[in-house]
Amino acid sequence: MFVPIAYYLVLSAILFTIGVAAFLIKRNIITVFMSIELMLNAVNLTFVAFAHQWHQVSGQIFVFFVMVVAAAEAAVGLAIIIAIFRARSTLNVDQVNLMKL
Amino acid sequence: MNGLHLWLIPILPLAGFLLNGLLGHRLPKALVSTNALLFTAAPFLLVLHVYTSFSALSLPYIERHSAWIATSAFHADFAFALDQLTLVMLLIVTGVGFLIHVYSVGYMAHEEGYWRFFAYLNLFMFFMLTLVLAENFLLMFVGWEGVGLASYLLIGFYFKKHSAVRAGIKAFVVNRIGDFGFLLAMFLLIIHFGTLSFSEVTSQIAQHPDWHGGVLTAIALLLVLGATGKSAQIPLYIWLPDAMEGPTPVSALIHAATMVTAGVYMVVRTHALFDRAPLALTVVAVIGAATAFFAATVGIVQTDIKRVLAYSTISQLGYMFLACGAAAYSAAIFHLLTHAFFKALLFLAAGSVIHAVGGEQDMRLMGGLRRYIPVTFWTMTMAVFAISGFPPFAGFFSKDEILAEVFRSPNGGPLLWTVGVVTAAITSFYMFRLWYLTFFGRLRLPSEAAAPHGAPPAALDDQLVATAHSIDGHPAQAHGIHESPWSMLLPLVLLAFLSFTGGWIGIPHALGGSDRFAHFLDPVTHGTGVPASFEQVSIAMRTGAPIPTTEPPTKPEDPQTERVLTGCSVLAALLGWLLADTLYRRKPQLPARMAASSRMLYGLVLNKYWIDEVYAFLVVKPILVISRYILWGGFDRGVVGGGNRVLAGAAQGAGSVLRRIQSGNIRSYAGWLAIGAAAILLLSFFGFGTHIHMGVR
Repeated sequence: MFVPIAYYLVLSAILFTIGVAAFLIKRNIITVFMSIELMLNAVNLTFVAFAHQWHQVSGQIFVFFVMVVAAAEAAVGLAIIIAIFRARSTLNVDQVNLMKL
Repeated sequence: MNGLHLWLIPILPLAGFLLNGLLGHRLPKALVSTNALLFTAAPFLLVLHVYTSFSALSLPYIERHSAWIATSAFHADFAFALDQLTLVMLLIVTGVGFLIHVYSVGYMAHEEGYWRFFAYLNLFMFFMLTLVLAENFLLMFVGWEGVGLASYLLIGFYFKKHSAVRAGIKAFVVNRIGDFGFLLAMFLLIIHFGTLSFSEVTSQIAQHPDWHGGVLTAIALLLVLGATGKSAQIPLYIWLPDAMEGPTPVSALIHAATMVTAGVYMVVRTHALFDRAPLALTVVAVIGAATAFFAATVGIVQTDIKRVLAYSTISQLGYMFLACGAAAYSAAIFHLLTHAFFKALLFLAAGSVIHAVGGEQDMRLMGGLRRYIPVTFWTMTMAVFAISGFPPFAGFFSKDEILAEVFRSPNGGPLLWTVGVVTAAITSFYMFRLWYLTFFGRLRLPSEAAAPHGAPPAALDDQLVATAHSIDGHPAQAHGIHESPWSMLLPLVLLAFLSFTGGWIGIPHALGGSDRFAHFLDPVTHGTGVPASFEQVSIAMRTGAPIPTTEPPTKPEDPQTERVLTGCSVLAALLGWLLADTLYRRKPQLPARMAASSRMLYGLVLNKYWIDEVYAFLVVKPILVISRYILWGGFDRGVVGGGNRVLAGAAQGAGSVLRRIQSGNIRSYAGWLAIGAAAILLLSFFGFGTHIHMGVR
């Protein structure tokens, strides 16, 4: 079965848009965090689709890099979330605004 | 030959300045004065050493130490030069300078800022010796500016006194106007000669006997502007009378004996330029004669003893300029030498008088002092006779030589000679007026002003009070008037001796001498092709004839004429004396009546021809108005300040708008991020101009 690449790209675009929208709308830090992961995975999907299309392995290798970075980011990000929660007893991003003028 | 080490001569006073200037406030007074004297005596001894080995030198002896400015087109060195002229100046500066240092030890003994005074004096010696020793215009300019600085510091030495501060600033600013001319002259020299070295400029001129006028005249006239500033000639003389606000030893050293002669020295040093610029020489002669006469007339009516001497200094400097203008350079330097002796003596003796009467400077309140301060009286008498031009005192020979040279020079002539003789008579008159008012008659001092422990009258300012207190510890005689300590009298006596005998080195042939001084200076003052007179050159230019490059000056020795001229000048001096004797000894009520009968003229002269006021109205006021309303009010506040305010306001406004982006809200940041990314994507798809490459092959 041959799936045209446009299908993959459209799916990826939809996923990415959902990610962006969630990132902008949601107030809970954990959800914001998850929407970042969604965007990353949308990008991963694009990489894999093009790698398959052009029969080149470099796209797949990039995906591994993205996954490694995402894992590291998750570790650091979760640690920051825990620290924020301990300090302020909330996960609402709108209340984390000490840097405001 | 390498053993001369000329650089030590200026460096030693600099060391003294640094020592006293940096550490002086912690040292006891005795140590401060010992330092100052030591670092002034050492250069004097060095100069004496140079003098003894002088005949063995090949002149000019030039010492190059290092390159200062070295480019392919132009270079200037730290270089010192020694020739006959330098040697004379060195002897004057270090010799008279040392004597005045000795005098200052006594005179300043009770002053505040003792260390400061001696530090400045040593600084002055450093710059003056640099000026004299310099081998090029640039190094000379360093000394030239430096002596101006030292002069400013010392005029404003009593910096709590408003008038002293103003006088210091006035001197500095007026000197700057002259320095501007000096600078422009240097630029022209660089353009047209490619060098600032005295010897190179002179030799270039000597190689081109056809160079006349033109640029040389421009350079010479600009140098004259510099010289009029430093040497207090018309039109820039106005700072010197005010400079008397400084302590009296400063007036003697800087504003009489040495610094103010720098302009004369400079003209003589660069006379190769002037010889080819007859117009400039004529200007110098006219300026000199006018200044001599003008300042002498003002000197007649001054009542402050130091101001009389200040105007007489201006007048005598006018004589030196007159001599320069007549191309009689050795006569100018001769008068510079004798003037250094007798004018330093006059000022120091005046200081001794002021010291004796407790700080009073008004001659109308003195009188009869010869009984109280005999040493000062006798030394002052020597100086008065010397400056008035009585034989065989020093001033006679030098003034006589100047007048004789002016008479026979093509640039001088009988008219300028007449001005000189009349000035000589006036000089004699006002000097004897000073002499009679100060030392003869009866004492007119109000008793409380001279009482050693009485309350100082309100008219006396800080300086005077300080000196008045210095009377303590001396045996009080009548009115507390007392002779000065030996450290002040010793320089007086030595200078009196020099004022008496100093002229004998230059007795002219006509009076049975051999004119040794002129012969000694001849290698320096010798013409490089001779001053053809201004008229001759202009006639030659008009007719297209070759410009007369005349032969070296063959002074037409005419002893008969010279003796007649000498007789005239002595007669003039006698006339001045007799007049002063009549007016101030035999009929002392006459001067007041004469002043009353010719009130207009008297007021004019008393107020120094209103020159200060005219300058204030014509020069200072416009500059102040332009500065305040156009430069400051219009340009500085309007354009510069306004421009800055506009820029600052724009930055502030933009900031206050843009800072709203920085809300602190993470989600708004994310929104900006998304919008930005979308914008970049849109641009890259429908890109205008710059394409953003997305990395797709």
